[in-house]
Amino acid sequence: MADLVNLTIDGVPVAVPKGTNIVDAAKRIGNDIPVFCYHPKLRQVGMCRMCLVEVGTPRMDPATKQIVKGEDGKPVIAWMPKLQTACTTPVSEGMAVRTQTPQVLAARKDILEFLLTSHPLDCPICDKGGECPLQNLTLAHGPGMSRFEYEAKHHDEKHVPLGDLIYLDRERCIQCSRCIRFQDDLADDHVLQFHERGRNMEIVTLSDPPFNSFFSGNTTDICPVGALTTADFRFKARAWELQGTPSLCTHCPVGCNLTLNTRLETHTGGYEVKRVMPRQNEQVNEIWLCDKGRFVHHFTRAADRLTHPLLRNAGGTLVESTWEAALQRIADRTLGKPITGIAGDRIANEDAYLFAGLLRTVASKGSLISMAPAMATYYADLARAYGVGKDTDFNQLGKGDVILLVNGDLEEAAPVWFLRLRQAVVTRGARLIVANDHTTKMHRYAGQTESYQLGNAANWASTRAAVLAEELKGARHLLIVFSDEKLSTSGVRSLAISLASVLVQSGHAGKSNSGLLPLYPHGNTQGVSDMTSPQPWPDRAEAVWLIGVGEGEGVPQAPFTIVQDLFQTRLAEQADVVLPALSFAEREGTFTSGDRRVQRFYQALPAMGQAMPDWWIVQEVAKRLGATWNYQNTAQIFTEISQHIPAYAGLSYEAISHTEDQWPLVGRGDLYYGGTVYDNTGGLGLRYPADAERADFHADVHLDTPPEVTIEAVQRVRRRLYEDGELIRRSKVLAAHIVNSVTEVPQAA
Amino acid sequence: MDKHVLLRDLDVPNIRELAVYEANEGYAAWRKALGSMKPEQVMGVVKDSGLRGRGGAGFPAGVKWSFLPKDVFPRYVVVNGDESEAGTFKDHELIEFNPHQVIEGVMLTSYAVLASTAYIYLRGEFYAPAKMLQKAIDEAYAAGLLGRNILGTSYSLDIYIHLGAGAYICGEETALLESLEGKLGQPRLRPPFPAAQGLYAKPTVINNIETLANVPPIVLNGAAWYRQFGTEKSPGTKIFCVSGRVNKPGNYELSLGSHTIRELIEMAGGTIDGRPVKGILPAGESAPMLPASALDTKLDYESVQAAGSMLGSASFIILDDTVDVVWAARKMVRFFKHESCGKCTPCREGTYWALRVYDKIVSGNGSLQDIDQLSDIANGMLNKCFCLLGEFATSPILSTIKHFRPEYEQFVREHQGGRADGYRDELIRDHAVHVLPEESITDERP
Amino acid sequence: MLKEKRAKDIDAILAKYPSKRSAVMPLLYVAQEEYGFCDEQAMREVAELTALDPTEVKSIVGFYTMFFEEKTGQYVIEVCDDLPCALRGADEFVHHCEKKLGVRTGQTTPDGKFTLRTVMCIAACDRAPVAQVNREYHYSLTSEAFDKMVDDLK
Ligand SMILES: Cc1cc2nc3c(=O)[nH]c(=O)nc-3n(C[C@H](O)[C@H](O)[C@H](O)COP(=O)(O)O)c2cc1C
Ligand code: SF4
Ligand code: FES
Repeated sequence: MADLVNLTIDGVPVAVPKGTNIVDAAKRIGNDIPVFCYHPKLRQVGMCRMCLVEVGTPRMDPATKQIVKGEDGKPVIAWMPKLQTACTTPVSEGMAVRTQTPQVLAARKDILEFLLTSHPLDCPICDKGGECPLQNLTLAHGPGMSRFEYEAKHHDEKHVPLGDLIYLDRERCIQCSRCIRFQDDLADDHVLQFHERGRNMEIVTLSDPPFNSFFSGNTTDICPVGALTTADFRFKARAWELQGTPSLCTHCPVGCNLTLNTRLETHTGGYEVKRVMPRQNEQVNEIWLCDKGRFVHHFTRAADRLTHPLLRNAGGTLVESTWEAALQRIADRTLGKPITGIAGDRIANEDAYLFAGLLRTVASKGSLISMAPAMATYYADLARAYGVGKDTDFNQLGKGDVILLVNGDLEEAAPVWFLRLRQAVVTRGARLIVANDHTTKMHRYAGQTESYQLGNAANWASTRAAVLAEELKGARHLLIVFSDEKLSTSGVRSLAISLASVLVQSGHAGKSNSGLLPLYPHGNTQGVSDMTSPQPWPDRAEAVWLIGVGEGEGVPQAPFTIVQDLFQTRLAEQADVVLPALSFAEREGTFTSGDRRVQRFYQALPAMGQAMPDWWIVQEVAKRLGATWNYQNTAQIFTEISQHIPAYAGLSYEAISHTEDQWPLVGRGDLYYGGTVYDNTGGLGLRYPADAERADFHADVHLDTPPEVTIEAVQRVRRRLYEDGELIRRSKVLAAHIVNSVTEVPQAA
Repeated sequence: MDKHVLLRDLDVPNIRELAVYEANEGYAAWRKALGSMKPEQVMGVVKDSGLRGRGGAGFPAGVKWSFLPKDVFPRYVVVNGDESEAGTFKDHELIEFNPHQVIEGVMLTSYAVLASTAYIYLRGEFYAPAKMLQKAIDEAYAAGLLGRNILGTSYSLDIYIHLGAGAYICGEETALLESLEGKLGQPRLRPPFPAAQGLYAKPTVINNIETLANVPPIVLNGAAWYRQFGTEKSPGTKIFCVSGRVNKPGNYELSLGSHTIRELIEMAGGTIDGRPVKGILPAGESAPMLPASALDTKLDYESVQAAGSMLGSASFIILDDTVDVVWAARKMVRFFKHESCGKCTPCREGTYWALRVYDKIVSGNGSLQDIDQLSDIANGMLNKCFCLLGEFATSPILSTIKHFRPEYEQFVREHQGGRADGYRDELIRDHAVHVLPEESITDERP
Repeated sequence: MLKEKRAKDIDAILAKYPSKRSAVMPLLYVAQEEYGFCDEQAMREVAELTALDPTEVKSIVGFYTMFFEEKTGQYVIEVCDDLPCALRGADEFVHHCEKKLGVRTGQTTPDGKFTLRTVMCIAACDRAPVAQVNREYHYSLTSEAFDKMVDDLK
């Protein structure tokens, strides 16, 4: 790197990029300067004063403008008379820092003593207990005894609901403003602020509804004390009882890395998820999660989970059965007949791969695989071809780059991408162009907005493509984000082609930090599409097998229907065979995110009842239809995927479980630095290259795509984060947030 | 000094009226500047005059103006009329009784730095004085002295008044800018300094009202004329606010360094009943208290500093021997606790804690250790606060303990066992009944 | 609604600043003049006028002591009892005010006429004791002057 600055910290030399502050520089050599208000992802404010250190710079001779050298030939250091806040002081060449002098240690003790004067010290009943920066720093640097008199303490309200998801304990708050800065600067929801001043200063919200933000849970991770806690986890467990298992979120295309915190419940004898925490992946979610990903997990242990296979008996009712009977019934009814398989886009790659294999090679001729929801079937291949380049890093997007957002509400559809791309625009200077039929939050940051009538996204794109391509030729990088919402199947294909043509014609196809970024409805839409090459749904079929489809509409009619799912859905009510599948938390596998990163998730919970992983069920049916399959685990299946699916060539469980130090280093012993976010031990995943990056690739995208015929009788549903669905409905804490999708009717043109 | 330079209302009746002001050289400097001086010449005269900021820090005004980065526009002039330091009431008199001189100073400053908008930030309590100032501004607009193409030149300027709403911290210049931007009045990190990125992140000059009131006579009469007043390092005249135990509290304008504290007190009518002076607060409640032995200190920045305090805003609060120093120190700590903005830990928690210890002592429950405790708290805050307010808060504690420790000890002994009835009423008032039960209110006063 | 009632003032205020946010304090004064205090409704109106979240407006109201979130008496009497005034009898004077009004500092008389508050230095120490009554200064007060003032206002 060009702009390295050299300094010494307690005599240890370190070189860091220009602009780094002393706290981060010290981290590079393992020196943990204590902080409270500073957080590596937030604007620094220097207000808690915990990070005070001694700072000096080489003395200059005012006459010669040369650095004065001492007898030992080393520069003479001019120490500043006062301690400086390490979090706000940028490094400079030749700087010297002292972090262990009596003066510094005394200052830490003083600041901690001040903080504790008003703190209730109710650690035994505090959710943060055991993973609390204030506790830990007091142990390390604090005074040995309290000189403050209990009666003189400032007492304040406890258990204040800021919204229905987050509770505030005003006594515990140390006024570091991390939550406020996260909400102001990253989420752009200015719903937390200080009220009053001095010792009376406290956090309030007056938004309607209160604490109105998709990102509220993150404030509890970065709060350095137990002032902010979630309604989900409050008083549920102690931090040290929890086991952490690396996992993934399946609810949107971002593919956030999570850690599932589970605990053995003595009353039930089973494990359950006590909370969902972010797991650092600087390429995916950094250290953030949206509230859906954090709070939707209750379905994993919902009381109405399917736990046994069900068979329709002679009387026409579904009754509990055994696996053997259920599998045999399927074999009996489908042997020699074509099967239409429909794979939901939340099942794992391994499941989808085997399912497609069964339909292609084991089941009778004429078998077919489709994907639910169906829409992505019409453009996932284009996303694979023209998706973002392999080495894309959203953190690099900034000045000179253009983000084109067409037909989608980024915050509702992919909340963490909203956080990250917003930063690219707002703090790093990328140019944002938004085109939509209604105003979204991203419009606030747009340098250019375009609008079209409801239902006319594809028209707009095909008529504007050539001009846009010309205009965007000069962009350093071009990221094109789009959604299929409110489009017909032909419309969405047309839109994707037009956008791909913008990439090709402007010279950005197959480049890093450029490409299509589809706002898929769920976490593995790309992966399921990659594994299956899905076909459009037929109207009728002889047998239909639905895996993880949930409540899909327009399922083909058939004399024999198999539903494989977590719950007794409406479709399952009408099925002939119902098979209980394992949730993502109870098994292993891989998902492929909307930006084509293939990532692993791990088993955090034991199986629910007799439910089995989807791939196992598929294999058991295949065996009964004559296949000689013998997969023992998903790793074996993945190995085969890497051999048979060209895009996945070279990927392996080993490769995608690779981890390395990520800066800022969080989730280590120094919880006060990054918060309670988890370190990544499960793997950072790998993105496979887009087709357009391959040398032998020929673009076949042309501009003369037929414009969509406007106003079709299709549902035009806005995608919403808290859209009603099988999973969110079972979240105890999100219930109040569920919205019913609104179907918009386009005006006649 | 036979005539006032700033408090001209004392020499010229009704100078607050435009006609009277103009008849007495009013706006002559403005006409001169616009007619015959380049902006940098105006800046040059002020620089040469050695005029130092009158808001507290004493930084040379002209030098500060020259820090604005070249070619970055718009730029702003912001006038600090927050005047919230206890014992300070000089800007109050200026805007109420000599408003045109203030406005003319703002105009000249804006012209010197090529700002076309100036905001005068007045403390919210100056609601009525603000109306008078606004009337003067309106008159200036009407007379063509302000607004578009002033006096036929290409220069345009608007001046707006902005009222605060009760927060001492908004006198701190970066907190003031935050407040003016509609945010909490909490100080900003520095750098960047206001000169580089001030109001709306644009280059900004910020000066005290009294500082700018000096500019018209300097521009009109020249730097050499101005330097005949004051000392080499502290040129010019300064308004001294005198309050407390004197017979004639008020504003006194003197050449810097021309008199001593003792003479200032004499000008203010001497102490009430001629009692001996016990303590002097030279800069409101913010600077260390000086004992009577400092009475012969000269009234300029350097001399007061050498005596162990600061001239600051030159707001002299005089304590005589009837005043209980512990009580006075508590009053001052109460002020800082009330005004701490809450941003940084040592000030927010330290002022709160220190006040609780004072309450304990004053309510008659203190011990000798509590006196050391106070020193410890103040030393814990010292040099660790985000801005100077927290640092100021240590002054009353450390200086009174330093000079009057025996009084503290005597207080603790005499009031041992809760015999501090005289202060109860006050403690209850301050804490809205938190400290002592309601019943213990007495009708007796100390 | 402020927007209709004080349209001219609001426009004039907004025109003073390049950023709407700067208008938040002046607009809160307008709201307080209209409603007597800044309740939630007032804060929401000001938020709308300045394109802020109501939380941000509440924050401003809370930070500055001259905005009242609670209903006050018709006359708010604010007596300075900071050190310079206290050296000239302000504490005794406040005590007298409490007795005259029959309420403690911080309270409002039962008839809703007067709210008595103490304030930190208000830059009139040369004319102590001093009080502000609905933002008008009253200088060099005596017990008698105070009684007369209160009786006149009753
Ligand atoms: C806590 C604090 C309060 C201050 N209050 C005032 C004030 O009320 N009026 C003022 O002019 N300067 C005040 N200042 C000084 C200002 O920060 C700043 O130095 C001044 O406005 C610069 O103007 P000058 O150079 O003309 O003095 C205060 C400073 C601090 C740290
Ligand atoms: S010292 Fe700290 S708390 Fe006190 S006023 Fe300054 S920033 Fe605010
Ligand atoms: S001041 Fe540096 S961490 Fe808070």
